[in-house]
Amino acid sequence: MAVITYRDALNRALREEMERDDSVFLLGEEVGEYDGAYKVSKGLLDQFGEWRVRDTPIAENGFAGLGVGAAMVGLRPVVEFMTWNFALLAYDAIVNSAAKMYHMSGGQYNVPIVFRGPGGSALQLAAQHSQVPDPWYANIPGLKVCAPATPADALGLLKSAIRDDDPVVFIEGELLYNVKGEVPDGEHLVPIGVAEVKRPGADVTIVAHGKMVHVALQAAEHLAKELEVEAEVVDLRSLRPLDTASVIESVQRTHRAVVVEEGWPISGIGAQVVDDIQREAFDSLDAPVARVSGLDVPMHYARSLEKLIVPGPEPVIEAVKHVCYLD
Amino acid sequence: MASTEETVVGEAPGGLSKEKLLELLRAMLLSRRFEEKTAESYQMGKIGGFCHLYIGQEAVAAGAIGALREDDYVITAYRDHAQALVRGMSPNSVMSELYGRIDGCSRGAGGSMHMFDKSVNFMGGHGIVGTHLPIATGVGYAIRYRQTDQVCLCFFGDSVVNGGPFHEAFNMTAKWELPVIYIVENNSYGMGTDIDRVAAVDELFTRACAYAGKRAEQVDGQDVLAVYAAVERAAERARTEKRPTFIEAQTYRYLGHSMSDPAHGVYRTREEVAEERERDPINTFVDKLTDAGVLTDDDVEAMDKEIIDEVEAAAEFAEASPVPGPEEVYAHVYSDEYRGGPDGRDAWR
Repeated sequence: MAVITYRDALNRALREEMERDDSVFLLGEEVGEYDGAYKVSKGLLDQFGEWRVRDTPIAENGFAGLGVGAAMVGLRPVVEFMTWNFALLAYDAIVNSAAKMYHMSGGQYNVPIVFRGPGGSALQLAAQHSQVPDPWYANIPGLKVCAPATPADALGLLKSAIRDDDPVVFIEGELLYNVKGEVPDGEHLVPIGVAEVKRPGADVTIVAHGKMVHVALQAAEHLAKELEVEAEVVDLRSLRPLDTASVIESVQRTHRAVVVEEGWPISGIGAQVVDDIQREAFDSLDAPVARVSGLDVPMHYARSLEKLIVPGPEPVIEAVKHVCYLD
Repeated sequence: MASTEETVVGEAPGGLSKEKLLELLRAMLLSRRFEEKTAESYQMGKIGGFCHLYIGQEAVAAGAIGALREDDYVITAYRDHAQALVRGMSPNSVMSELYGRIDGCSRGAGGSMHMFDKSVNFMGGHGIVGTHLPIATGVGYAIRYRQTDQVCLCFFGDSVVNGGPFHEAFNMTAKWELPVIYIVENNSYGMGTDIDRVAAVDELFTRACAYAGKRAEQVDGQDVLAVYAAVERAAERARTEKRPTFIEAQTYRYLGHSMSDPAHGVYRTREEVAEERERDPINTFVDKLTDAGVLTDDDVEAMDKEIIDEVEAAAEFAEASPVPGPEEVYAHVYSDEYRGGPDGRDAWR
């Protein structure tokens, strides 16, 4: 086991898959000479050359569509968006083209492509650079959606995404790139659509994904220490397919659940998870399920308000106390 | 090259073999007759949804695709029946798709706007204006990536030149020297809006000059030989120099934008349509061929009869083809197993 950053884990995934399969190539803004805006693609241009590590113009719909076309004839493009906010310009290529092609060609043209980049808020980037795109893609049949929280999952899920025969939306955490964690040596694949318990606990289930897994873990440590409440943290890892069974299994043991997400509350990922819980584990519940989400406003620039909008451990702790009738 | 006996002696139109000339004529006639039948079936309620007919524009698809090799790629927008047929898809499969039947090329999932056939490298059939231009760029990228000498031919309508994907695709295609031939079917109208009313520069080929330079040209899209010659040159350039070409084919659609729209009305007059029909691409080509002695009026009639029979048979085939059953609902959403819904079960089904 080596301890590496989330950024290096993604780099390793790209490198390993490009070495393994000549049809894998990376394209996007600044991915080549600049080594990537977040340095995820560091060194890849030198190793693989410009046809496999392609610096693109700032034209998201154009280069995402280019990726779709290349994938339709058998290449395996990895399209990097500098952030998912910019990918809104490519929503047409992702939703109208990539997600529909296999279906509307009657199963003739699959699109083995990965769209990846950082999502969510970082530090004082204001309204246009701080959005959580997760539900915009999880809503769409034809796409798969991953949102890893740890270096090991970033490595294993990205490798699986590149090998997948369908379009995968891969949402990284802008504030996770420097997070360190243990990563298995050798080949490491994490299947898409399988959640993982990141912290076992008997008293309450906290469901989270991406950056919020770390928030949930911080909240769980506090709850254990201060209130002797042992929270189980279930990391969804993938948002589509969604591993409902793992969530249900946990809730059936703990009888209480808090669902956390960074994005907006209305029609959010949490709304889907809560629906699954009420439908499949209604009789196991000892309290209504609580949701914690980002506040329902565009992001403020001011740090004081940004901290209020993005969920930290405090609202999660409060929500757990509520479902445990401790407040 | 054609053998001597296939070659027209004397003033061979376009300098092409008799075989090639007949192939072009047949392609245009098949498109025309197929779509006349399509209109009839649509009016009888056998075809649903949006249905955009190509009648009047046949020389563009026939000439352009006629100049390609079998291993080249073809991609187009939603007015796609003629391109599909000319590329070699069977009338049975295209008509069955229009009828929403299981024997359709896309198993009834696509309909009029989404014809696909991987076996002849026909890549759709795309319904959002402009969205397939970057896809064609990607096909060109893959060709260069693999270092083959194929080309990708991309058709699109005149309205596309005013949107972002046109410029994004052209810039990348030109910059990376990708073997793509872009051909705009300029029929003067984006649905019911005259291109003059919305385009700052309405000589469309000049819009591509910023990216393609001298490799942007204008041809008479009602002259199948002119289209053929332009695409043949472009394909040669793409194969040898790996350079893209932009071709503006000036053409005309006789019918409304789709089956839901009138052929004339607020945006154009009955007289204008009648005048355009005077330079019908099929009639003028037939005249050219008979004048040159390539074939007689009787030959043309026989070919037409054969095609009409083929189209009628396609409609009968489509009519008899089964409708897709419930097992098709989830069949091609993903490459792996899928049953729908968040937990593999759609609500209350």
